[in-house]
Amino acid sequence: MARKFISGNDAVAEGVRLARPHVISAYPITPQTIVVERLSDFCEDGSLKAIYMHVESEHSALAAAMGVSSVGARAFTATSSQGLLYMAENLPYASGARMPIVMMNANRALATPWNIYGDQMDSMFLLNAGWIQVYVEDAQEALDMMIQSYKIAEDPRVMTPFMVNLDGFVLTHTYEVVDVPEQELVDAYLPPLKLAENMMSLEAPKSLCITAGNNFNMEFKIKQNEEMNASTAIIAEVDASFAEVFGRKYHGLLEAIACDDAEVILITTGSVAGTSRMIIEEYRNKGHKVGLIKLRYLRPFPTEALAKVLKDAKAVGVVDKNISFGYEGTIFTNVNSAILQSGLTPKVHNFICGLGGRDVTKENIREMFDALLSSAAGDSCEKIHYMNVRCAL
Amino acid sequence: MIEVRWHGRGGQGSFTVARLLGLAASVYGGKYAQAFPSFGPERRGAPVLGFTRIDDVKIGDRSELDGCDYVVVLDETLWGNDVLSGLKDDSIVIINTKDETKYKSETSHCIIAIDATQLALDYLGIPITNTAMLGALVGASKIVDPAHCIDAIRASMAPKIAQKNVDLFNHVYGEVNSCE
Repeated sequence: MARKFISGNDAVAEGVRLARPHVISAYPITPQTIVVERLSDFCEDGSLKAIYMHVESEHSALAAAMGVSSVGARAFTATSSQGLLYMAENLPYASGARMPIVMMNANRALATPWNIYGDQMDSMFLLNAGWIQVYVEDAQEALDMMIQSYKIAEDPRVMTPFMVNLDGFVLTHTYEVVDVPEQELVDAYLPPLKLAENMMSLEAPKSLCITAGNNFNMEFKIKQNEEMNASTAIIAEVDASFAEVFGRKYHGLLEAIACDDAEVILITTGSVAGTSRMIIEEYRNKGHKVGLIKLRYLRPFPTEALAKVLKDAKAVGVVDKNISFGYEGTIFTNVNSAILQSGLTPKVHNFICGLGGRDVTKENIREMFDALLSSAAGDSCEKIHYMNVRCAL
Repeated sequence: MIEVRWHGRGGQGSFTVARLLGLAASVYGGKYAQAFPSFGPERRGAPVLGFTRIDDVKIGDRSELDGCDYVVVLDETLWGNDVLSGLKDDSIVIINTKDETKYKSETSHCIIAIDATQLALDYLGIPITNTAMLGALVGASKIVDPAHCIDAIRASMAPKIAQKNVDLFNHVYGEVNSCE
């Protein structure tokens, strides 16, 4: 094991190298660029025996990855923001064809106005694409999820493409200490992809134009949905087996921090979870019964796991680095549905922050907990809060 | 937690040195560290910031620095509100200059001055002052072991260039003392 001081993007590239994909097809875009630069270097210096395909667009990047996956080889791509949206047409093609492609997405704002900084508008846009979506908190988790993602995606019970999300700049461009595991350990944990049945080869060429008309399409989609839902068990299983081998665990679909006796709980994704951990400690030391959920997976959505943690909470806050225009934050909508389905009745609040790279400060997190505590105490409180904004609203 | 903010211009190595300090503290010093640049497009000559956080425990904080312990200015033409903002009462400002009188009259914070440009020209033949300023910071603060900085420099540069930078680092480290 090597201990390195590297960025989130470097950690992704190291993780991909350890996972040994056969082909990398990607187009550079800020703030993902370093990932594809490093992988291109690794292919050139021979430390990763893969083909690096220079493609002319993100749409082609995923189309190429689908070709790779269709012959049973391991494919990797990476993108961000407008690139992800340009790729969008191919995302449901890949998931419907049940191709275990892994993609890294550097979460970044969407135009207009044009903005290269981090928020989560891009991946929320593709929540319905049939891809598993995980959000990581630091560079170590980014590296580890590159290994876990192939293990989960390629499981015959799952066979679903996998998107690993890193907050743009805040995670992609921050250097920190990362343990890079030994290749032998990863090889034993993640053996080479075995050709499944029905794969295309030079000897058995097939048409990729998979069609299902009104006689089969609905059953096809229901099966896809049921197996995506069932992947929650495999996600937990892989996290546990990963911990046994590598000594690090991420608690599967979500991590609950100080939630056991919590009266108010804040739900976060990605890098905001890290900052919130500090404030949880601070507020607990002051005697406030506050808890934190680091929501790791948005698809499959952890309805049952959430209900279990939220069951005694009086007020629940959801942090969204996105807006679904004309409604509210997307994660808030998803959490509310889970709360309603579970028969819970906490007060619910949405904290929208961090759009277009706006800093999410420690003071912002304190403001969120203060609002939740006052709501739990019976005060009436706005449903949607916009954090760290200058303009009068 | 110790927080350091580096002020420089694109091309002067201000983010590289933020990273060298983090590498010295973490991989070689056994602590936890974060290093990150001011996010956004990179342009030669434009003002850029580098940040380093060092702690004994894993650092969860992902927000921007709001109160730093040390500010290191690689280019004195950047002196102004940006340099003096977000300081604590006991923050120390380390600046690359031939003459610190002007700066001392404009702030009550402790100012440590070093003519890093001249030293960089002497040792490297080019006015890249980042490893000199690392020597000044570590000399003034002792926040990391100088031997770990030397390890970090050697791990990050080609051997010939690394040796010159190590010599420069050692010179400045030996010359700079903490604030009285």
